[in-house]
Amino acid sequence: MDILQILISDSFWAAALRIATPLIFGVLGALICERSGVLNLGIEGIFAAGAMAGWMAVWLGAGLWGGLLVAAMVGGFFGLIHAILTVPLGLSQHVSGLGVTMLATSVSYFTYRTALPQVSSPPKIEPFQPLDIPVLSELPFIGPVLFQQTAMTWLALFMVALVWWVLNRTPLGLAIRAVGDNPDAVDAQGLSVYGLRIGAIVAGSALMALGGAFLTMSAFDSFFFGMVNGRGWICIALVIFASWRPGKALLGALLFGAFDAFQVRLQTEVGAFVPSQVFLMAPYVLSIFALVIVARRAEYPGALLKPWFKGQR
Amino acid sequence: MANTRVLSLNNLSKRFGSVVANDAVSIELHRGEVLALLGENGAGKTTLMNMLFGHYMPDSGSIDVADERGDMHPLTLGHPQAALDAGIGMVHQHFTLAENLTVLDSILLGSESLWSWRHKRKAAREKVGRIMVRTGLVAPLDEQVGKLTVGERQRVEILKALYHDARILVLDEPTAVLTPQEADALFENIGAMTKDGLSVIFISHKLREVLAFSHRIAVLRHGQLVGEIATSDADERVIARMMVGADTPATPRDAMEPGAPVLELRAATVKGDSARTSLHAADLTIHAHEIVGIAGVSGNGQSVLARMVSGLASPDSGEMWVSGDRINRFTPPVLQKAGVGRIPEDRHHDGVIGAMSVAENLVIERLSDSDVQKRGFLLHKSIRRHAEELCKEYDVRGPGIDADARLLSGGNIQKLILARVFECMPDLILANQPTRGLDLGAAAEVSRRLLEARSRGAAVLLISEDLDEVLALSDRIIVIHDGQLHEAHSKDREAIGLMMAGEHA
Amino acid sequence: MIRIEPREAPSRWWTIGVPMASALLALLLAAIPLMAAGANVFEAYAHMAKGIFGSTFAFTEMLTRATPLIFTGLAATLAFRAKLWNIGAEGQLYLGAMAAVTVGTGLIDAPSLILIPIILLAGAAAGAAGMAGPAYLKTRFGADEVVTTLLLNFIILIFLQMMLEGPLKDPMGMGWPQSEPIVDNGILPQLMPRMRLHAGLIIALVAAAIAHVMLSNSVWGFKLRAVGENAAAALHAGIGVKRTMMSAAIVSGAVAGIAGVSEVAGLRGYLTTDLSPGFGYTGIVVAMLAGLSPIGVVISAVFIASVFVGADTMSRAMGVSSYLADLVVALSLICVLIGGFIARYRITRTNKGDA
Repeated sequence: MDILQILISDSFWAAALRIATPLIFGVLGALICERSGVLNLGIEGIFAAGAMAGWMAVWLGAGLWGGLLVAAMVGGFFGLIHAILTVPLGLSQHVSGLGVTMLATSVSYFTYRTALPQVSSPPKIEPFQPLDIPVLSELPFIGPVLFQQTAMTWLALFMVALVWWVLNRTPLGLAIRAVGDNPDAVDAQGLSVYGLRIGAIVAGSALMALGGAFLTMSAFDSFFFGMVNGRGWICIALVIFASWRPGKALLGALLFGAFDAFQVRLQTEVGAFVPSQVFLMAPYVLSIFALVIVARRAEYPGALLKPWFKGQR
Repeated sequence: MANTRVLSLNNLSKRFGSVVANDAVSIELHRGEVLALLGENGAGKTTLMNMLFGHYMPDSGSIDVADERGDMHPLTLGHPQAALDAGIGMVHQHFTLAENLTVLDSILLGSESLWSWRHKRKAAREKVGRIMVRTGLVAPLDEQVGKLTVGERQRVEILKALYHDARILVLDEPTAVLTPQEADALFENIGAMTKDGLSVIFISHKLREVLAFSHRIAVLRHGQLVGEIATSDADERVIARMMVGADTPATPRDAMEPGAPVLELRAATVKGDSARTSLHAADLTIHAHEIVGIAGVSGNGQSVLARMVSGLASPDSGEMWVSGDRINRFTPPVLQKAGVGRIPEDRHHDGVIGAMSVAENLVIERLSDSDVQKRGFLLHKSIRRHAEELCKEYDVRGPGIDADARLLSGGNIQKLILARVFECMPDLILANQPTRGLDLGAAAEVSRRLLEARSRGAAVLLISEDLDEVLALSDRIIVIHDGQLHEAHSKDREAIGLMMAGEHA
Repeated sequence: MIRIEPREAPSRWWTIGVPMASALLALLLAAIPLMAAGANVFEAYAHMAKGIFGSTFAFTEMLTRATPLIFTGLAATLAFRAKLWNIGAEGQLYLGAMAAVTVGTGLIDAPSLILIPIILLAGAAAGAAGMAGPAYLKTRFGADEVVTTLLLNFIILIFLQMMLEGPLKDPMGMGWPQSEPIVDNGILPQLMPRMRLHAGLIIALVAAAIAHVMLSNSVWGFKLRAVGENAAAALHAGIGVKRTMMSAAIVSGAVAGIAGVSEVAGLRGYLTTDLSPGFGYTGIVVAMLAGLSPIGVVISAVFIASVFVGADTMSRAMGVSSYLADLVVALSLICVLIGGFIARYRITRTNKGDA
C-alpha cells in the first residue's frame, strides 16, 4: 500500500471526517466567542466537562440526545463563568480562560471519581451508532465517507451551516461581528455589548462541550482522564488558521483530520523505522506551523482581548 | 419654524467626581433649525450631548422630545435605545463604526429585530438609496468601512442616523477631520436635510463655520450655558468673548533670525499600506530658532512623518539629517542621541506608562545615564530627587512622584512629557498634536515652552490639526496632503485650506 | 444603574488582603464538593490540617511540594510581568529535567561542587531554549505565544516518551520508560535527615529573592515592567521591546527548567513521564495569587502546596477524590481574579431617576 492508495481509500476519508468532528464543534465554538471579541481558553476544560457530563447523563439513563443537551448546558455554564469574568468585569481573558479550563477539568474529574470511586475498568454506555442510511451508504466512496458516520458528525456539519447563516445572514450575526470589531458601534445603536458578548460566549461554549461529548458518546463509549489531550488548544490554533470563518473552519478541521488519519496509516507503513512518537507529535507541530504561516496576515477581530466598559469611551 | 419645538433640555446637571461638567443647562431646539453648540475644550458640550443620547445619566434635570406629530414626551434617560426610538441620531467625534462591516451592514446594524432569521437587505438598500438621492450624501454601500476615507465614514454615520429615521441629528465636531472645502459640502448637505424638517445640533469650537451655517448659537463655558444668540445678531468678537470670557490674547512671539539647519529631509519616502500612511519624496528643512508647522487634515501622512522623525519608521528611500549627521538607523535611541525630543500624538498611549510611577516615567528615556543607574541597578534616591525638581519646575500636579502616572490629568501628563523632553535640551523638538484635548491653561503652557525652546535655539517641528494653533505658533507653514509636503507661501487661511484639500497654485 | 469606576489608588491592604481572602474563600468553597461527596466537612478539614502540620515529616513534605511551585510560579511571574503569556512552564520543566539526566547520569564525572552547577545550568539552558522558540515566533512572525507554548507542552511530553524509550532509557530499568539515575555527585543534598526536603528549596528561595531585586531595582526589571505595562510607550521611549521580551522569555524558561532539575536531582533521582503533576500549569495560579510579585510567589506556593498535600492526606483518610485539590486551586485562581477586580474598581449605584 503506498501513499496514493491511502489517499483514495474511503476508510481514510471516513476516518478524517470522524477525527475532524470534535474539532469542528470546538473551532465553531471558539470562533463565535472570538467573533464577539473574547478569547475563550476555557475550551480545553469545557471539552472535558462536555465529555464527562454527556457521558454521565447517558450512563444515568438520560438517553443520547438528552446527554448532548446536558453536555451543552454544562458547557454553557462554564462559558457563563468566563463571560462574567471577562465581559462586565473585563478581567484578563487569558488568565480567566485558563482558570475556567482548570475549574471545568477538576470539577469533571472530581465528579467522575466521586460517582465512580473504585472501578478497575471504566463503565461503558451505548454510544451513537453509524447512521447507515439505506441506499446512500451503499454508494461507492461517498457512502462510507459520509453516510456511515454517526448523527453527531451530521450535527457538526449542520452547525457549520447554521453558524455561517447566523453570522452572515441575520441581524444577530451582524451585531456579533460588529461587537467583536468595535463595541462602541453596537453601543451607539442601543444594543447591549454585554448581552451580545455573554450570549456569544455561552453559545460558543455549549458548542465546545458538544465537541467533548463526541469523544465519550460517539468516538468512544467511556470517559477517562486526560482524554481531551490538547484538542481544545488545537481548536484555538485552527480558528486563527480559519481566519474566523465557519467555512474555512470546517476546511481546517478536515485538513487536520485528514493529516491525523494519514499519519496513523503511515505509521503502520514505516513504523518499523520511525519511533511512533514522531507521528503522535505531528498534529501539534502542524498546528504551530499553521499558526506561524497565517499569523502575520491574520486579521484578528478588531476588539479581541480588549475589555469594554459602559460609559467609558 | 416659530413654535415648533422638537427638543427641550431642562436643567441638566452632571458631575464627574469633583468636576462639574454640566450645571443646570437648558436648551431648546426647533423643527428645521441648525443650532450650534459652541465652547472651548472641556466646556461640557460633549457631556451634554452624551446625556441627550443616553450614554450618560444626568444627576438631575429632564429631556422632552417631540414625536412625529409634534407632541412633547419626556425621554427615558440613560438609555441610548430610548433616544434612538425618540428619533435622535448622533454622530460622534470618534466614529462608532465597525471596520470589518460593509457600509450597508453598518447602516443596518441595530435597525432590525435581533431575532429575525434573515436581513431585509434589499429593502434596506432601496431606502438608503432614497436617502442618498434626497440629501446628496453618497457612500459606496458594498465597500468595507475600513477602506473608506474619513469624510466617507462621516457620511456613513449620518446616513445611518437618517436611516434610523432621526428627526434630530447631533454632530459632535463634525469638521475636525475635514478640509474646509469638505466641511462646506457637509453643511450644504445639512442645509438640504433641514428643508425636509430635520433639526440639527452641531458641536464646534470653530467660530467661522458656526457663523456661516447655523441659525442660532448656544455657548457653554465651564459647564454653564453662558449665552444664546441668533446667528444673524452675532459676530466673531461677541461669541469669542462669550466662549473664553475675555478677548483671546494673541500669543506673543518675537521675530527671530533662523540659524543653521537642524532637520533636513531629502526626498524621504515611506511606503505605507495606503496613500494615507505614506510619505512621498518629502523635502523639508527646519533651522535653529524656527518653528515649522505642518498643517493638514488628519490621516494625510502626518503620523508617518512623526514616526520617522521619532525613529519608529524607516524611510524606504531618501535621507534624513539631524544637526549635520545623516541618520542611518531609525530607532528611538538613535534619534534621541541625535538630539531629537519627541512629544507623541497620543500621550496616554505612547507618552507615559500609566502603571509606573511619575518618577519612573520621567527617566524612562535616560535609562543608561549615570544619575539613573549604576552597573545596571537603578539609583532610586537620585531618580526621586530628579523627579521632585522636574515636577516643581514644570508644575506637574498630582498625587505625588511615587503615584502611578495614570492618576494624573491629561494636562499634567503632557507637562510630565514636556519636562522629560525639554530637560534634555533637544536641538529638534517634534511636537505632534501637543495641545489636543488640553484645557486653555495647559495649552498656553505648551505654547510658551515651545516658543521658549525656539528662543534658546531649538528647531521645532509642530504637527497639528488645529489650523489656528499652526497659524499662531509657526514661522513657516507646510501643508501635508496625501503624503506630500507643500510650503505655504503666506499665512492666508483660505489658501492653506485649499492646499489641505489638495489644490495648490 | 450600576457603574464601574476605577479606584484612585488601591491601598497596600487591598493588594495583600485580596489574595489572602481569595485563597481562604477557595478553601471554604471546597466544602461544597466535600458535602456533595458525602464527607464530613469538619473532619475533612481536620485531616487536611493534620496532613500539613501534623508532623515534621508532613510539614517538610509540604515544603518539598512547594519547591517546584516556587520555580514555576516565578517563571510565570517573570513572563507575565512582560505580558508574555508563557503557558509552557510544564514543557520547559521537562526540558530542564531531560537536560539534567543527559549530563547528570554519568556523562560528566566531577565532584558535587562542580557537577551540580553544571546540571543546573544545563537544565536552565534547556528550559530557556524551550521558551525562546515561542518568543521568537511571536516577535518574528506574530504567532500567539499562548497557543504555541500550550501545544509545545504536548510535543515535549511526547518527545520525552520517545527519549525515555530511546536514548535516555535506563538499561537496568526492567523495561520501564525511565531514565538512568542521576549520579551521587549530582544529587542535590538533603536539608534534614530522613526527610525528602532538599536543597532545591534553598535555590528556589534565592531565585525568588534575585527575581525580586532584579524586577524592582534593576534597569532590566524597569524595562521588563515598562514593556509589560505599555509596549507602545516603551518602544517610543527607546526601550528595545522585542529584545526585552526575548530576555524575559529566556529567564522565564530557564527558571522553569530549573524546576525540572530540582525535581529530578533533588527528589526523584531519575526521570519518568509523571515527574510533574501539572506543576507548570499550577505555577500560573501561584503567580496570579501572588499578584505577580516574586516574594508573594513563595507564600502562595506554600499555600497551594498545602492544599495538595492536605488534600492527599484527607483523600487517603476519607476516600474523597484528591482531585479536590485541583478544584481548590482552580477556585482560588478565579477568586483572586474577582478579588483583584474588587481591589481595582469600585462598583457604585447611581440613582435610576427615570423621569
